[in-house]
Amino acid sequence: MDYPLLLGIFPQVLLDGIILGFMYALIALGYTMVYGVLEFINFAHSEIFIVGAFVGVEILLSLRSAGVLDTLPWPLVLLFVLVAGMAISGALAVTVERIAYRPLRTAPRLIPLISAIGVSFFLQDLIRLVESIWRNAFNLVYPTMDQLNYRFELTETIDVPVKSLVVIAAALAMLWVLHVIVNRTTIGTAIRAVAEDQAAASLMGIDVNRIISLTFLIGGAMGGAAGVLFGVQYGLINPYSGFIPGLKAFTAAVLGGIGNIPGAMLGGLVLGLLEAFAASYLSLLTAGAFGAEYKDIFAFSILILILIFRPKGLLGEVVRGRA
Amino acid sequence: MTHAVLAVGLIGVSAWAVAVFPRSVLVFLLFQGSLLFAYVARIPSWLRVTLLGLALLVLMPTIGFFNGYYLEVATQVGIFVALALGLNIVVGLAGLLDLGYVAFFAVGAYSWAIPGSPQANLIFGGNAFPLSAWWFYAFLFVGLMVAAGAGILLGLPVLRLHGDYLAIVTLGFGEVIRVLANNLDKPINLTNGPKGITPIGRPPVPFGMPYSEAFYFLVLLIVAVVILVNRRLENSHIGRAWEAIREDELAAQAMGVPLVRSKLLAFACGASFAGVMGVVFSAKQIFINPESFTFLESIGVLAMVILGGMGSIPGAVLGATVVTVLNLQVLKGLSLWLNELKNAGVTVLGYNLADLPTQLEPAKYERMIFGVILILMMIFRPQGIFPVRRRARELAKQV
Amino acid sequence: MIRNPVHLTLALLAVLGLVALPAASNLEAQGSKGTIKIATQSPLSGGQAALGEGIKLGAQLAVEKFKGNLEKMGYKVALVPYDDQAKPDVGVANAKNIIADKDILAVIGHLNSGVAIPSSEVYKEVSLVMISPANTNPVVTDRGYLNVNRVCGRDDVQGVVGSEFAHATMKAKSVYVIHDKTQYGQGVAEFFKTDAEKKGIKVLGFEGTEEKSNFDPIITPIKAKNPDVIYFGGIYDQAAPFFKQAREKGVRSKFLGPDGMDSSDLTKIAGKAVVGMDYTSAAGPASVLPKAKAFVEEFKKKFGKNPEPYAAEAYDAATVALKAVDAAVKGGKVSREDVATAVRKTKHSGITGDIEFDSKGDRKKALYFVLQVVSDDPAKWGDNKIVKQLTISPPEKK
Repeated sequence: MDYPLLLGIFPQVLLDGIILGFMYALIALGYTMVYGVLEFINFAHSEIFIVGAFVGVEILLSLRSAGVLDTLPWPLVLLFVLVAGMAISGALAVTVERIAYRPLRTAPRLIPLISAIGVSFFLQDLIRLVESIWRNAFNLVYPTMDQLNYRFELTETIDVPVKSLVVIAAALAMLWVLHVIVNRTTIGTAIRAVAEDQAAASLMGIDVNRIISLTFLIGGAMGGAAGVLFGVQYGLINPYSGFIPGLKAFTAAVLGGIGNIPGAMLGGLVLGLLEAFAASYLSLLTAGAFGAEYKDIFAFSILILILIFRPKGLLGEVVRGRA
Repeated sequence: MTHAVLAVGLIGVSAWAVAVFPRSVLVFLLFQGSLLFAYVARIPSWLRVTLLGLALLVLMPTIGFFNGYYLEVATQVGIFVALALGLNIVVGLAGLLDLGYVAFFAVGAYSWAIPGSPQANLIFGGNAFPLSAWWFYAFLFVGLMVAAGAGILLGLPVLRLHGDYLAIVTLGFGEVIRVLANNLDKPINLTNGPKGITPIGRPPVPFGMPYSEAFYFLVLLIVAVVILVNRRLENSHIGRAWEAIREDELAAQAMGVPLVRSKLLAFACGASFAGVMGVVFSAKQIFINPESFTFLESIGVLAMVILGGMGSIPGAVLGATVVTVLNLQVLKGLSLWLNELKNAGVTVLGYNLADLPTQLEPAKYERMIFGVILILMMIFRPQGIFPVRRRARELAKQV
Repeated sequence: MIRNPVHLTLALLAVLGLVALPAASNLEAQGSKGTIKIATQSPLSGGQAALGEGIKLGAQLAVEKFKGNLEKMGYKVALVPYDDQAKPDVGVANAKNIIADKDILAVIGHLNSGVAIPSSEVYKEVSLVMISPANTNPVVTDRGYLNVNRVCGRDDVQGVVGSEFAHATMKAKSVYVIHDKTQYGQGVAEFFKTDAEKKGIKVLGFEGTEEKSNFDPIITPIKAKNPDVIYFGGIYDQAAPFFKQAREKGVRSKFLGPDGMDSSDLTKIAGKAVVGMDYTSAAGPASVLPKAKAFVEEFKKKFGKNPEPYAAEAYDAATVALKAVDAAVKGGKVSREDVATAVRKTKHSGITGDIEFDSKGDRKKALYFVLQVVSDDPAKWGDNKIVKQLTISPPEKK
């Protein structure tokens, strides 16, 4: 076995895993936010997330065709795109909640899940319809911004691009903002009250509907931001490309303990690292018998193992929930 | 009395209409609807059984003889009915949310596909395979057992998990099975990976019947057995135990319900139906590869169960029928009809449909409409089409 | 609102009956006399919709262009697109529906061999001809059905073309093979690998992945092993981000791929990263072949975008189908068997070369081009230059 090779790539694989993990964590925040309040898997979150990516690419493409993309300072452009993506995804999430979930709030828990699947199907093809009329394209490519693609060479074999650092910074910032909103503000108190007991919260004078809408707004906005960053990081999106990352992020959220905000971050990191190490090392360690194609099996097996020993996820409460 | 006359009349008229208009999907839907009416109508049960039996055993095969498409739809409906009934045990009765159910279908399919094709020679060497066609019937049981075993295998580690943690593990299990099937072409070639297995042997058929008819009757027979088993289970102490677990695990345990055994039994029972149908599916298709067993299929079956009414046997049957017919006939029929209008250059509100840009090709948006239908169904009938009576009362109370 | 389920069912049935019966009699009255339909079956929704739609559009263009002959003879010609959702069960149900429509005389499809194989068993029941633009799995034609043909090459041919080029022209000493875990991608990749090893090229790695966006963990070991050539068995929408990320990470190997790369979107996505890369294809570049050029221009004019991979093959397949129908139509009613036999006799010089089928339904001689990407501008995709031409016959059935 080629030990120098195995050791040599270790730092880079670690870095790859961390970046991927933060990406998952960003998407997972949206799932966890909604779940924490309603105990409901917002299956359509993967589409709300990819809508953010589409908003981002549309803005960037218009800026490019207007010829100003390269003249404006990139942090400003990125910030603007992020805010726009957050606004539209947030608004979409609120609309979806109003139409497809609110009428089902008293129904058994699986009913809104199916409704969410319906929303997911509908949104995928709606995005496709709009984009095929508007741009007559299926795959959309993020315009490259040179500064974002700049790579810091840490050593000869290890490097990290600016865009990945942006992903990490954004994920940490959003975690912090969410933490502050939920734990330090009146709105946060109201959100937690609704999560605890809707009936009691409404008796305390909290407008439950408004708080739930707000939760979806925050969750959707997180998804939108994640979408923009996903596009910037990987460069290529199509109407269906939210589905798999969404599924992975949901897994990450559960792994960390769904409903728990730091848990989503931790779950994302664990999943990202697992995938990166499996994809890089499996083939090297087994002399080609197993390869990168087993990374999902590897990740899911570890997930099952973790959940056997921590049935409520890594950071989940150990007391028995309402489920 | 009026009901009896109506039921007989409807089935008669619609069967006649199908004979006269063999290519109209709407007329075939009328036939299906008349069967539904015969089921819900207030008529003596001997008449109901006779009518449904006549329709399913005589009329449907006859229609199918002239139009193989309808028979194919009926066969696939049957396959999905069995799957929905299996999942109904796990999700509907025992309340264990399973998002990877199609894995058991895959396990069943591969358990016949491998020995029923030359594929097994690659594993065991020699020239003994494919097994002769008679083995198919034996493998119905093998598929059942293997899938049930897989169910227990999945059940064991997840006994302590609840709700969404359970959901994610089952989802993972489903993906693991699919990815394994996709990857086990090396180091040993077990499943031939994405290239799939073909040709898979088909069973010998009595009286020189065409295969499509034979598979219809086989599926019908299996569905009948599955429904029978389901009804017996529902009212047995096991069924009660499952419902008790679904309603309150702690209370059930306190009442002496054996949690471990009941849960494992639920997984095994649910899985076994899928296993049997997997065997049938692989022989019917002649070819299988992992693309048939994706996560979306699991979601589809779950949608059938919930659409029909969780925990309800007629609900699962109807849910599976509605979703399958919707996907294979109604939405396809709709887009074909629109396409025909387009080709004929019909004008709507002064707009010539022939000028419709290809972006608006109706065939592309079948899934979008399916999504809307799912949402509407849930909003306007959250308890499902045929809810279990008790659940319907619960819902009414809450609102 | 009607609450009673019995009444609800009855009401629904009444409505259905009122609509169904007139509509049905109308349908029958329209009659089928004098209509010839060509069906396409490919995924029109879901993640593979872009390629599936390319097949449909390619066939549509051909039907609209060449239906004149049949229309002069008094037939109506129509294209009927079916969405197989890339699912075998849906494909089979559609196939049953297709064979029930007696007007359909040929099927252009599918995208996925996994759908094509079970569906073609259905077409075979009535000898309905299927001409496939994209199913490269050897099994499709190795069954030896009269009604099954394909315009595209076989995995075991194209993979070999690639390794031949890597060996003789690129002078590669070592390769790293990546594929997309689909029938097509893994198929070509495996044949590439086997043949490369035979030629003495060192295969440093052979990896499959279903990943679509993040290739970092796969690229890291490749970079460390630094192969001369990376071969990607798959489709451009997955390969392009891979190539792009690989270059960004500093991988300096040359890139090589099969005809799944043949889309201007490859450069749209990967930009400079793929300039100079090579790919094998049966469809020649528009700049050299006038027919190909005309096709691309017409396609763009009609649908407003560049053709996807397999659109050209679908165009050729539909043209061959129409030619065969033409030939079979001599004197009134044509049967499906006639069309199927006529397809085997048809000789056609299409945009993917001269098409003539052997007794299994494969192209008698497959002409392969090795093309090089010359510019990072998607509009100049047609200028890709031919580096080499190879003609290889499909292997005899063992």
